Amino acid sequence: MSLAVKAVGIRKQFGTHEVLKGLDLDVSYGEVVCILGPSGSGKSTFLRCINHLEVPDAGYVWIDGAIVGYELRTGVLHELPVGRLRAQQRQLGMVFQHFNLFAHRTVLGNVIEGPMVVRGLRRAEAEARAMELLHQVGMADRASSYPSQLSGGQKQRVAIARALAMEPRVMLFDEPTSALDPELVGEVLEVMRGLAKGGTTMIVVTHEIGFAREVADRVLVMIDGEIREMGKPEHVLSNPGDPRVRTFLSRVLS
Amino acid sequence: MNTPKPSQWLQVSDLPGPDAPRHRLAHPGRWVSGAIGLLILALLVRAFAMGQIRWDVVGQFLTARVIIVGFGWTLLISACALALGVALGLGFGIMRTAANPTLRFAAWLYVWIFRGTPVLLQLLIWFNIGLVFPRLYIPGLVDERMVDVVTPFVAAVLGLGVNEGSYLTEVVRGGIGSVDRGQIEAANTLGMTPGQTMWRIVLPQTLRLILPVLGNSAVGMLKFSSLAATIAMGEMLNAAQRIYFINGAVIELLFVCSIWYLAGTTLLSIGQFYLERHFGQSAAGAGSRRQWFKTRSRQAIASGEA
Repeated sequence: MSLAVKAVGIRKQFGTHEVLKGLDLDVSYGEVVCILGPSGSGKSTFLRCINHLEVPDAGYVWIDGAIVGYELRTGVLHELPVGRLRAQQRQLGMVFQHFNLFAHRTVLGNVIEGPMVVRGLRRAEAEARAMELLHQVGMADRASSYPSQLSGGQKQRVAIARALAMEPRVMLFDEPTSALDPELVGEVLEVMRGLAKGGTTMIVVTHEIGFAREVADRVLVMIDGEIREMGKPEHVLSNPGDPRVRTFLSRVLS
Repeated sequence: MNTPKPSQWLQVSDLPGPDAPRHRLAHPGRWVSGAIGLLILALLVRAFAMGQIRWDVVGQFLTARVIIVGFGWTLLISACALALGVALGLGFGIMRTAANPTLRFAAWLYVWIFRGTPVLLQLLIWFNIGLVFPRLYIPGLVDERMVDVVTPFVAAVLGLGVNEGSYLTEVVRGGIGSVDRGQIEAANTLGMTPGQTMWRIVLPQTLRLILPVLGNSAVGMLKFSSLAATIAMGEMLNAAQRIYFINGAVIELLFVCSIWYLAGTTLLSIGQFYLERHFGQSAAGAGSRRQWFKTRSRQAIASGEA
């Protein structure tokens, strides 16, 4: 399998607090990688560095053919103008913890926004594709609703459809079920499970150990800005070598 | 032991049925204050009625042609100045939030100068701008003497509009700042450029937030347009002044103006009320475009989760 994403030595500091201490990660096409770890371990920051919502202090991210945010000329990284950065960012679909649906647009409006404005699709074309995606996430019947009329689980499913509409190479999920009431988590995980089965490349920051165990090809556990454990879920989750990972897992699994 | 005795000790056997008749509290204070208020009002009305005001003159000039035309100018100046103010407020408000430090500073400077000096002073300066820039020269477009370009009307619109724009700049900046950061991040990850994000995501949500403030601006602008009287602009107050310089009916003509201003601001207030109610509506009409305004109304969440 060929590589889709390669993070090289990502470092990030907020003030004097070092959040990420030089992380490396390779993700192949079709692979599902789940990032676990206690809160404050830097999982979300790492994900946000991958699509350049946070600019790493050092290190860089390569997505199939290009370094995000930079152009390599004679060994020097030259910062890209914002337009070209955005063109790279749309290769990485992002699903946020708090959905971030456009409040002034309907469900359909949210999904066609990117395709029409950024990819330049005609409205009819964009709407047809959007309805397919909404159907896929089970939200086709709410196409004309506004986000404020939806439950958290419904909002998150629309957000997934919106990200998919850009036809990204990789989908990034930033704790997609953490803001949901417990009974709404299942419907979102179900959609994600479907995507994983369909071969979508996914990097998922999550607290759902069960989901990671079932769906992930690889699990990595972050603690204090470092990857302490990485491997197949059955190995990492059942038999972690690192003592701090063991403490973390025993706490979340109990 | 000195606990106060309850005024009435009810035994359970004395309790009435659930439909027992009940009396509402009388609120005598409200009646007394109401009576006093009416009395003061009556005395005021009497004072004005018996004072040295010739009410027939007020009535006569209320619909005088000069006054009506003056009021027309008042409305026109207000509308043009408000439009200019909104345009400048949007432009500079966006600049205030720009990534480019030069743009940010330019907008800051604009606000600093025009919000920091009296609008009356600004009107006088615009009216005399020819002393600084004797000619308005834009190659291939305009080449005229400044005094011919900046008529009293133009000076009034510029003075009031540019001043209002400085206030609205801050309003727009605040509105943009109050749009959830996540909305912008979502637009970024879809690949939208800063311009697309501003026009399609941020501004539509900002405009609806600042609409009530714009209503306020409109009311204020109608009144501030009277300042244009000082630069010989023939709006309503100026027209009234020219009449009472001749006939000496000072208070009468000022009353005429007051009546028209009140009529205008009342109409605007009514409009503002309906506008705000319209945009403040809750999830009553499902699927309505205005839904977004109460993003977390209890009804919306309940209906969504049902």
